[in-house]
Amino acid sequence: MIRKEIIALLLAGGQGSRLGVLTKRIAKPAVLFGGKYRIIDFSLSNCINSGIDTVGVLTQYQPLKLNSHIGIGKPWDMDRMNGGLTVLSPYLKGEIGEWYMGTANAVYQNIDYINKISPKYVIILSGDHVYKMNYSHMLDYHKEKGAEATISVIDVPIEEASRYGIMNTYENGRIYEFEEKPEHPKSTLASMGVYIFTWDVLRDYLIEDNENPDSDHDFGKNIIPEMLRDGRSMWAYRFAGYWRDVGTIQAYWEANMDLTKRVPNLNLFDPAWKIYTPNPVKPPHYIAPSGNVKMSVVAEGCMIYGNVKNSVIFPGVYIEEGTVIEDSIIMSNSKIRAGSYLNKCIIGEHVVVGKNVRIGTGENIPNELKPGMYNSGITVVGEDANIPDDAEIGKNVVIDIGVGPEDFLSKTVPSGKSVIKGGKCQ
Amino acid sequence: MKNTIGIILTGGKKRELKEMTIKRTSAAIPVGGKYRAIDFVLSSMVNSGITKVGVITQYNLRSLMDHLGSGKEWDLDRRHGGLYIFPPSLSGDGTGWYRGTADAMYNNLTFLKRSDEDYVIIASGDCIYNMLFDNALQYHIEKDADITIIYKEMDGLSQKELSKFGILEVDNNGRIIDFQEKPLHPASTKCSMGIYIISRKLLMSILEDCAAHGYYDFVMDVIIKRIQTLRIFGYKFSGYWRSINSIESYYKCNMELLQPEVRDELFLQADRKIFTKVKSEVPAKYNEEAEVKNSLVADGCIIEGIVENSILFRGVTVGKNVIIKDSIIMHDTVVEDNVELNCVILDKNVRVTKGKSLKGEKSWPVIVGKRVVV
Repeated sequence: MIRKEIIALLLAGGQGSRLGVLTKRIAKPAVLFGGKYRIIDFSLSNCINSGIDTVGVLTQYQPLKLNSHIGIGKPWDMDRMNGGLTVLSPYLKGEIGEWYMGTANAVYQNIDYINKISPKYVIILSGDHVYKMNYSHMLDYHKEKGAEATISVIDVPIEEASRYGIMNTYENGRIYEFEEKPEHPKSTLASMGVYIFTWDVLRDYLIEDNENPDSDHDFGKNIIPEMLRDGRSMWAYRFAGYWRDVGTIQAYWEANMDLTKRVPNLNLFDPAWKIYTPNPVKPPHYIAPSGNVKMSVVAEGCMIYGNVKNSVIFPGVYIEEGTVIEDSIIMSNSKIRAGSYLNKCIIGEHVVVGKNVRIGTGENIPNELKPGMYNSGITVVGEDANIPDDAEIGKNVVIDIGVGPEDFLSKTVPSGKSVIKGGKCQ
Repeated sequence: MKNTIGIILTGGKKRELKEMTIKRTSAAIPVGGKYRAIDFVLSSMVNSGITKVGVITQYNLRSLMDHLGSGKEWDLDRRHGGLYIFPPSLSGDGTGWYRGTADAMYNNLTFLKRSDEDYVIIASGDCIYNMLFDNALQYHIEKDADITIIYKEMDGLSQKELSKFGILEVDNNGRIIDFQEKPLHPASTKCSMGIYIISRKLLMSILEDCAAHGYYDFVMDVIIKRIQTLRIFGYKFSGYWRSINSIESYYKCNMELLQPEVRDELFLQADRKIFTKVKSEVPAKYNEEAEVKNSLVADGCIIEGIVENSILFRGVTVGKNVIIKDSIIMHDTVVEDNVELNCVILDKNVRVTKGKSLKGEKSWPVIVGKRVVV
């Protein structure tokens, strides 16, 4: 067996609870993005494009869709005899069965997997971010600095720095302090959740951390501070490209909208750095004589008879005549019936929007049930929902997964309200 | 249809397809924005449950080989069965080249000998249709036929067009009583689709007999010569079917894909999808100036101009102030700013430079060959 210098561990177990109805049934890495991808595709494609062909994907929360999406790693060329992709889910050990109790614990529980391959380095990734990055450059940096841990950082505006884990470094890049969401940030170097460790060193810390009952078993909260306390050689690797943590409804919507710009900051057309995903097996999309598409991204299998502007349309979407779709994201196999008007909304998979429906009208009032989550004027419709003809739906409205016409107490749903299965039109 | 193997014939040289087959066999001709002609027969076989398919190939096979690869996209990368590709090879007793369809199959008789399935479906690789073969096989068994030929009534075609097909006549029982290959004066509108069902053992003995007599062509030397002695039946197919045998039919077939009914039948049946090689392209990008009407657009396109009644394959770039009408633009072709195209077929990797204008007729589209800079 050819020995692997580096393997990747992709933490894909997070729910991403701030994405609300989008992650009710699926883990955040499985959320659709950019017209045909799922968020995890970016990390997986980065791995294979960086020459890392051995990846353990750690799943936990709602893994069904994620597992069927990644399968045995075929789209990323990771269906290999030597190495390849392995899904690592929590399992029973002797008497005890344990869930992953934190990012560090998740890796700890898979020490056997890593030991068997026995790489020199491991790269820890999260499946939550949208970015293109060559990890092999980061590994070069790690080796060059003789580091035991290298943490990839990105410069963020100082006013936003308190939302991130901030690395305080010396001028040469060596980290002397890590602050999680500091109130008064001393630097603007935010951790991207991409770590390279020298495996022998990390293994000892994972074992030690596991025995500490007070630990949260988290890389950011425990492992990295502990290593810093011990004066380990830890370095910040600056990344300058496009990177988004699409952790909120607004951030998710904005990152999708970025792709509709004339020259998007995230170039997905680069033949040297393709993003791979399973193919939907659909014909090219069709724009009808009545259709009109501008500043948008449209995937295969769509049939467009209406007007689409500044929107991202996933495979197999059917948009009927006389519709106007603006600033919206419409996920796979949804149908928008004739005469409807959609503004600034996110429509889940397999949704049917009835005839002459209007979504995203009225005032911008935050959602009454979850004002912290739905407050940027975006209305979200969960997968499999069915919106009755002539409905009028405001801004920041949430339509729950699988809601049918019978769940609408009224055809008018003002801004900030929610429609939940079982018919509570708040 | 576990009990059947498939053979796809892609051999023939199609002069009628001009520039498009200089570098590729007609089975590898790009169709419908992302497909190659062979995808249709191959997917039809796979969807019918056939898991062992031999592709016999001869002329310009590189692009076909490249397209088929290991058969991954059709789920034919198997340990048992799967995809077999049979290019001609020089052996002790032959010239290497296949002298005809029967000769080609005879040269690969081992494929038939080593199989244990009872039936073989032989089909040509350059027709556009989506069919499950189960019913035809059932018919073949019920009729106790030696050979079943699948045919289609082509009522709308002129005598001239009909004379490009194999024309057959059937009696009331469905038995074929006459078969004329490319007749000058077609006696009926029943066109052979070039799909034959035959038992594996009979096929082997017929092929051996042909070889012994120096016969090389399956239609001329088997079907026509044995029409009296073998029980040859016709099975009528009523779905969409087009043979890519001329520029005219190629252009027409692509344009027909703009009709919703045709697309629905070919591509949107849940249990019989058409598979093709995956290119991992980005969804198409439309910019402010885009005005696309009645067109098919594949992934990877970037559009800033006017496109009407056209088909854009994967990775086409359409610049500003461009007007494309009634045209077929293949993979990775770049149409620069201020270009006007009317009834044009641009092959792969063509570049039409700024301000150029090309105009053909629907019955005589202008063709620009692969990698040409206009």
